[in-house]
Amino acid sequence: MLKILQNIDRRWVFLFMLLAVAIPILAKTVFPVNISPQTMMVFNAIEDLPDGSRILLSYDFDPASQGELLPMAQAFTRHCSIKGHKQYYMALWPLGSPMVDLSIDTIESEYPNLVYGEDYVKFDYKTGGEAVIRMITQDLRGMYELDSKGVSLDNIPMTKNIKNIQDMDLIINVSAGDPGTKQWVQFAATPFGITTVSGCTGVQAPQMYPYIPDQLAGVLGAIKAAAEYEAAIDEVYPSIASNPKAQEAKRRMGPQLVAHGLMVCLIILGNIIFFVSRKRGLA
Amino acid sequence: MDKSSEASKNSNTLIWGIIFIIGAILLVWSMSTSRTGQVWVTPEQHAFTAGADGKYSATDTPSSEDIAWVTYNVVPDSELTQEVIDSGSATLSWSRTIGLWLAAIFTLFILSFLVGDNPAYKFAEAMVVGTSAGYVMVIGIWDVFVPLLLGKLAPGFVQTAFLPGMDASAGTQLLYIIPAILIIMLLFQLMPSGGWISRWPIAFFIGITAGYRMIGYVEADLVAQIKAAIVPLWVTGENGFVFWPSFNAVILTVATLSAMIYFFFSVEHKGLLGKTARVGIWFLMITFGASFGYTVMGRIALLAARLEFLFGDWLHFIPSS
Repeated sequence: MLKILQNIDRRWVFLFMLLAVAIPILAKTVFPVNISPQTMMVFNAIEDLPDGSRILLSYDFDPASQGELLPMAQAFTRHCSIKGHKQYYMALWPLGSPMVDLSIDTIESEYPNLVYGEDYVKFDYKTGGEAVIRMITQDLRGMYELDSKGVSLDNIPMTKNIKNIQDMDLIINVSAGDPGTKQWVQFAATPFGITTVSGCTGVQAPQMYPYIPDQLAGVLGAIKAAAEYEAAIDEVYPSIASNPKAQEAKRRMGPQLVAHGLMVCLIILGNIIFFVSRKRGLA
Repeated sequence: MDKSSEASKNSNTLIWGIIFIIGAILLVWSMSTSRTGQVWVTPEQHAFTAGADGKYSATDTPSSEDIAWVTYNVVPDSELTQEVIDSGSATLSWSRTIGLWLAAIFTLFILSFLVGDNPAYKFAEAMVVGTSAGYVMVIGIWDVFVPLLLGKLAPGFVQTAFLPGMDASAGTQLLYIIPAILIIMLLFQLMPSGGWISRWPIAFFIGITAGYRMIGYVEADLVAQIKAAIVPLWVTGENGFVFWPSFNAVILTVATLSAMIYFFFSVEHKGLLGKTARVGIWFLMITFGASFGYTVMGRIALLAARLEFLFGDWLHFIPSS
């Protein structure tokens, strides 16, 4: 038995993991979510702003991180839309622009009262990463003369009086890497004191927590925080709880629990095999 | 053939067999009970007519002089009944159906790497790299090169040909000749000779980036983080001493100092220094553990998203996302 376990093909582990994730999805298993204080910091940063505040949303991720980050991006969009905040969308990643389009689709289908150019606007991708951030902290038109539809910012009601992003009340950054939250902290939040919150991948999250609370007003780390954020929105705005599209992150916590349980079991099993083998002089 | 490679081959065959059997059962079951892999759409008419003041407003009865177009909305599973199909209000979208099948097949191709490297995975990988490169190049030209360089050097032409919303009143901005020259110099990298010319713009780019980043790191990661690490260890509130904030402050200080001491290699790690460095190792290990946990969570979320796509949008086992 010990020999079999020692030499088990790693693909069996992959197969078990596939089943651990697939079964809760098919069974539609959803677990209750407890909202952490860190998530409430992000929620309150948006909720406490007066209705109609200006919020810049930068989607710095691509389809490779869509499964992890899109739920929280959509939750940001819904929260801002409910509050009636003015939403300015941009992307520092070339494939971030289609991700912004998904949020615009959400606004158009779920909040038809919001008008493009008056309540939300989209800027196209620009190359340069931190250079783009640096430029728009001084002069928005220096980088974005036109919106994504080719209309001059001077002819769009919600942009005609914006000089630079220091006029924003909040920056929301959804980040999968570089350029991303780190660059927003370095070139916008720290030097100009613009309140910034971040939703980032799990890989990045431990690097972002040290920026709280002075340089970042809050961080949503990975899909768990996204689920908590969805739950926080549901509590304050119960009407949104009936929208299955607004429960995407909560739905993905079922597979998380089972898969993490499997991981813990495998780690314990691996250690038992190691110690028993060492005791028998096989390791 | 030795025993281990024979066992590996048998294991390989068994795993592939299980996956194909489960996949085939699911596909047959799904196709017999639902519209697997089909995308049905309903048309939505948009029309705008010009008023006397030249401004456009929406109209339900467009004429040939008005601006009109049609968009197609996907019909969710819950609304796609036989009556809806028979009435003709929903139609099967072949383009979206083919796209859906391609997305599903490429997802399976990529996941097949877990069983072992194979031509299907390599094909999918090459497709991702190729389409991404092509997409980024096109985006770069239309979103960056045309408005931010060509639009500054030939604003009249760009306004007439590409971007009618652009303001060309500023005229040609000659300063932008410098980046144009740097771009041309960069292209010398592709020439059989004269490659050294491209080193000048590369050196310029690296210098600018290094300077830019150094300022950011010094301000946000050095000065601001040192400031954030200096915290009172004895935290008091309205009712005097507060335990948990004080405890957190002590942990923060001990962890910061001990982890930094671990990276202090000029003196041998012995005595008090060695013990402190050992504490630093523990804090580093806890940090790595947290990072590993977060990474696992991220990867599982990505897998869950793809499986939701396969089970929902493609196979219709669960409501599509």
